[in-house]
Amino acid sequence: MNSLEMTLDGDTGILCKRRFAAPPEKVFKAHTDIDLLRQWMLGPDGWTISQIEYDARPGGKIAITWENGDESFSLSGHFVSLEPPHRIVHVERFHMPDPTPDNHIETMFEADGDGTLMVMRMQLPDKEARDAMIATGMEEGMSDSYDRLDALA
Amino acid sequence: MNDSLSPALAALADPTRRAILDRLRAGEASAGTLAAPFDISQPAISRHLKVMTGAGLVTHRRDGTRRMFRLAPHRLAEIDAWLDAYRAVLEANYQRLDALLAKDD
Repeated sequence: MNSLEMTLDGDTGILCKRRFAAPPEKVFKAHTDIDLLRQWMLGPDGWTISQIEYDARPGGKIAITWENGDESFSLSGHFVSLEPPHRIVHVERFHMPDPTPDNHIETMFEADGDGTLMVMRMQLPDKEARDAMIATGMEEGMSDSYDRLDALA
Repeated sequence: MNDSLSPALAALADPTRRAILDRLRAGEASAGTLAAPFDISQPAISRHLKVMTGAGLVTHRRDGTRRMFRLAPHRLAEIDAWLDAYRAVLEANYQRLDALLAKDD
């Protein structure tokens, strides 16, 4: 089953794994081609991308704004390195509107049968930020999605 | 950079402070009431409350000689929105990507 798996990774990291039924070349392209991104990186139902800059080369800028009626939030960051079709390293932060701590993300795509296993390593700046990310999830009744994280904490 | 979330996240990393927040969800409470369940001194609780106030997680008012604390929901809502953004964005996005990858063969 192709579901998102999230686990803790060391003191400051979170590891996400997801399988896709397409080869790494296609999955990589879907992560770097702005026209493709616009079709899937939309966030929760009801949200649309109102603005996107996604300059997929080292140092290239990332800036996305999502909107849903009167509400909006944005993401900013930059690419660190790209190794098609296997690896993307980038930094991102959300603006709520105050910026969240920088999240350093390494995304890897490995062939897995006729599909792709994506492994995404998120690194927060410190253990406090990472633990709080999980702790507040429990606090505010969002435990469903974090049950698997909790089990490992 | 206007990084006002980091102090809130750091404040939340402490289990005593998270327990205080849990108690405050039931409503306003004095520093003495908040200290009661813990095996720590009143000054230690006061220090926790000071950190939490500084981080924008709680606020207080004077009631005679007592200080009455309550949740400051704005900051928690911001942190929640961040988490919700990650979870919801990832889950919804990848289902959409599945459909896209299946489509254009």
